[in-house]
Amino acid sequence: MIEAENVVKSFTVRSRSGLLRRTRTPLVAVDGVSFTVAKGEFVGYLGPNGAGKSTTIKMLTGILTASSGTLRVCGLDPSRRRTTLARRIGVVFGQRTTLWWDLPLRDSLTLVRRLYRVEAAAHRERFAELTALLELGPFLDTPVRQLSLGQRMRGDLAAALLHDPELLVLDEPTIGLDVVSKATVRDFLERINAERGTTILLTTHDLGDIERLCRRVLIIDHGRLAYDGALDELRRTVDADRLLVVELERPGPPITLDGIQAERVEGPRQWLRLPRSANAATVVAELTRVHQVRDISLREAGIEDVLAALYRGDRAYRRPGRPVAP
Amino acid sequence: MIDAGRMYGLLVWTWVRAAAQYPVSMVLLALATAVVTGLDAAAIVLLFSQAPRIAGFGSSEVLFLYGTSALSFGISDILFGTTERLGYHVRQGTLDAMLVRPVSPLIQIATEEFSPRRFGKLVPAAAALAFALARVEVAWTPGRVAMIPVMVLSGAAIFGALWVLTAAVQFVIVDIHGASKSLTYGGGFLTQYPMTMFARDFVRGVTFVVPLAFVNWQPALYVLDRPDPLGLPGAARFASPLVAAALCGAAALAWRAGLRHYRSTGS
Repeated sequence: MIEAENVVKSFTVRSRSGLLRRTRTPLVAVDGVSFTVAKGEFVGYLGPNGAGKSTTIKMLTGILTASSGTLRVCGLDPSRRRTTLARRIGVVFGQRTTLWWDLPLRDSLTLVRRLYRVEAAAHRERFAELTALLELGPFLDTPVRQLSLGQRMRGDLAAALLHDPELLVLDEPTIGLDVVSKATVRDFLERINAERGTTILLTTHDLGDIERLCRRVLIIDHGRLAYDGALDELRRTVDADRLLVVELERPGPPITLDGIQAERVEGPRQWLRLPRSANAATVVAELTRVHQVRDISLREAGIEDVLAALYRGDRAYRRPGRPVAP
Repeated sequence: MIDAGRMYGLLVWTWVRAAAQYPVSMVLLALATAVVTGLDAAAIVLLFSQAPRIAGFGSSEVLFLYGTSALSFGISDILFGTTERLGYHVRQGTLDAMLVRPVSPLIQIATEEFSPRRFGKLVPAAAALAFALARVEVAWTPGRVAMIPVMVLSGAAIFGALWVLTAAVQFVIVDIHGASKSLTYGGGFLTQYPMTMFARDFVRGVTFVVPLAFVNWQPALYVLDRPDPLGLPGAARFASPLVAAALCGAAALAWRAGLRHYRSTGS
């Protein structure tokens, strides 16, 4: 569905450095990324801000032309065949709508049908299905600009899927959504991936999306692919610390114990970071012996900590054979 | 080409229907437009009909020149006027949303917020032209009659090409001013905005004023049966459609180049 080989995107940034003088700085946003996505996969595309996620998405959808490397989406070169590709993929930008701001949602969706040349019968069926799944009914006749963010996002999803694309590209679809809307969107995505076999590529900062939906994750950092593999494996390979939360009988000075020091103190509560090598049982036993402890809890590293460790530049976990940035 | 026209029509129809969602506001706006443009038309007719001969042209002849060029401009404005918002779409990132649809972004921008109200812009021009035609002293021949729609349409095509050219220039201007959307995350650009505005107005002034002579001066000389003060060959009087076709071609190339530039820089 997607084949990317050594894809590079570099820009020239012009900035003022004097009254009339401008400096041109080359900037490599995507630096030799290679990956493939097979039909029916649900892949999360992660990375810190400015890592090159959006640039990759824009190249995949044909908005931007790659500086070098080869890229195939649905077997097409996205930059040369942008319009043809547009009929075969669906794109949703969480930050901005692709719907027509002043049109009622229903009209937007009808227009989408005409623009994508969906047959009337197929459209009716698909429209009914999407309306039911995304619960669009109550606000079909409301202009898009009056919709709440969650409603708008559901409308955007419907618009991106009306022409039954093979590939759905989502750029932060749950950004700013409340818990209920997020759940609706996630359920929906899971369902179309499972039932219709729609391939989905999802970028997000919401790790809940990833844990819930993606079996495979791609992580990009400084324009390079830092990880490509299963989510579970990522969790295992990253040497993330565990966190010990201790509640003392009364507030006291920060605890120091076998080289472990409290990194945060809030009244009687203290947070201790345990390296992988430390034995939690020994530490707890020592703690209760020395201090008056009311309560103790141990937190395993969540996906968030794993990624934080990854973004910090702890590169030991990189898979062999992957390019390692200097 | 036919497909482009169909898509244009489809988008226009959708926008008109969207405007009709608010009938009261549409009627009020239409009334306001009618009053304003009616006053405009009256003022122009009054001004020109009282004016003495300008450079050897009688008042109705001057009004004829004004009416035809204004009508051409009005038509082009209706069809392509909103393309000047291109810079805004680039900065807002909404152009990207247009690029993932299977329709030319040019058509999408040109039809944006199309409202029947736009036709109000034609009222003063049409009134002036009608007034002039009723009063101008011309020995009408089939050629002269036929020349009027030809010159208006050629003029509209020339102005339309200029709208698209100025839009294409914005691809580059926005980039020069460092509005690299994908790199600056929108920050730091606002201070440079006035520069862009200035550049745009400058470009508009030059592009619309300079070819104005060509749009209707030469064919008007034919219709009014006047010698050319500049002494250009007689064939120049029939060159408007060719100039229009050439400019449209240039505009199409410039638009493609601009879009290619955008897609390689992401600005």
